Amino acid sequence: MKSLRALVPTVYIIFLLLPIYWLLNMSFKSTNEILGGLTLFPHHFTLDNYKEIFTDPSWYWSYVNSIEYVAINTVLSVGVALPAAYAFSRYRFLGDKHLFFWLLSNRMAPPAVFVLPFFQLYSAIGLFDTPWAVALAHTLFNVPLAVWILEGFMSGVPKELDETAYVDGYSFPRFFIRIFIPTIAAGIGVACFFCFMFSWVELLLAKNLTAVAAKPIAAAMTKTASTSGYELGLLAAAGSLTLIPGAVVIWFVRNYIAKGFALGRV
Amino acid sequence: MKKTYNNKAWFFVLPVFIMVAFNALVPLMTVVNYSVQETFGDNVFTWSGVQWFSDTLTSDRFHAALLRQLEFSAIVLAIEIPLGLFIALNMPKKGFWVPVCLVLMSLPLLIPWNVVGAIWNIMALPDLGLLGRAINSLGIPYNYTRQPYSAWFTLVLMDVWHWTSLVTLLCYAGLVSIPDAYYQAAKIDGARPWAVFRYIQLPKLRHVMTIAVLLRFMDSFMIYTEPQVMTGGGPGSSTTFLSLDLVKTAIGQFDLGPAAAMSLIYFLIILVISWLFYTLMMRNEEA
Repeated sequence: MKSLRALVPTVYIIFLLLPIYWLLNMSFKSTNEILGGLTLFPHHFTLDNYKEIFTDPSWYWSYVNSIEYVAINTVLSVGVALPAAYAFSRYRFLGDKHLFFWLLSNRMAPPAVFVLPFFQLYSAIGLFDTPWAVALAHTLFNVPLAVWILEGFMSGVPKELDETAYVDGYSFPRFFIRIFIPTIAAGIGVACFFCFMFSWVELLLAKNLTAVAAKPIAAAMTKTASTSGYELGLLAAAGSLTLIPGAVVIWFVRNYIAKGFALGRV
Repeated sequence: MKKTYNNKAWFFVLPVFIMVAFNALVPLMTVVNYSVQETFGDNVFTWSGVQWFSDTLTSDRFHAALLRQLEFSAIVLAIEIPLGLFIALNMPKKGFWVPVCLVLMSLPLLIPWNVVGAIWNIMALPDLGLLGRAINSLGIPYNYTRQPYSAWFTLVLMDVWHWTSLVTLLCYAGLVSIPDAYYQAAKIDGARPWAVFRYIQLPKLRHVMTIAVLLRFMDSFMIYTEPQVMTGGGPGSSTTFLSLDLVKTAIGQFDLGPAAAMSLIYFLIILVISWLFYTLMMRNEEA
């Protein structure tokens, strides 16, 4: 019975890893081997596909671009969400509930609906083809999420903490930065994780709000996304490289993942 | 927690308000604006009333895309929610393997969506992919660029691969937060595993399950990138879901009016269905 239970997650994880293995497998093969027939592991191990990516600026710059807008978006989203979440968790104010639900409803907006208007809006204010356009566009769904997560964590902190600090003579900004932020550090970590995640994986907006200068890796890959087989190795190598930032980030938050997914309010 | 009433809290909310208003209201008003106008280019617009809305609501193409979208979301929810819950129930509760499982399971969630499409593209190629080759060698003809049922099978399998972990992680978070005292009480009462599940675990999981169903519904209903990369909406239009159809209309054909009307109807459908799910799952709950 006990070993049967362990079987379920094991089988599931094998199912998850198989396609990833297949991707890595392809990325270390030469074009000849890929087209030559099905091989379960690379017989002629080659790093040529990776070499091509690291020597071609249009490839490696697209990685830098992606990281850039994801970073801007994460800082921006969590930065504005912090005071707002504090307000929602500590005070009642005019229209607070409506505001909260309006914020969350933006999470339900299909990016496909916003592509064209965003394109026109950011073109009009001269942000088109900059990392800022993508970063701002992604705040549409990341800010509501960050507010929601942080509010959950902040509500778990007793109000006495605030009151004691004021009695001790702390001003609000000093209290917020010196005491409150360290107290909810885990929550901030989880919020950053989610912002990173949803900004890193999104393609539709990222691709359509950039042309050349700020093109993300996701869009750079679509140019080789042919199923003809000639560029499969290169495509697989580029795909494999996109797994790294995600894996690094998960490793950092591994102890908070479970709690973070419950958004601090189970 | 008792909250104090203070309208000065608005100053804290102001940055978020301005940012979201700029990002959500301006584009939304642009869409509303297009949806009631006719254009022949050169930025000349004329009033067209509700014509685009009635066109969209009576168009066969929209009905077909909507039906496909509803079917896809229903299938995906019906598989992922029970499966995710089942895996979460069988996860180890503590020890070395917990973080290992969590990290490995989160991996698909952090892969860019077009890479997810590309991974399954490579995986399902009829001659060069592991999956495609395996199915074909069983004697079942399989080619996701030619047969609608193969394309659907691949897309559903891909979505299950991609998102079941989200349900698992949410349920797992809910399960570990159930105090041990509940299980001890059940043991004393001699409750069977089914009773423990039905009367302790399931009710305690209501919140996280609601979040899981809502997130999975919204995201599966907005799916764009993965089918776009995998099948491009084909073969024929058998996997042209709402978002794909919308992007085709708006950017491919540049039919701004119909696209805008369709956008608003689309957004409204998501809001209404999400609201229905929320009320149904949270009824009998005073919180």
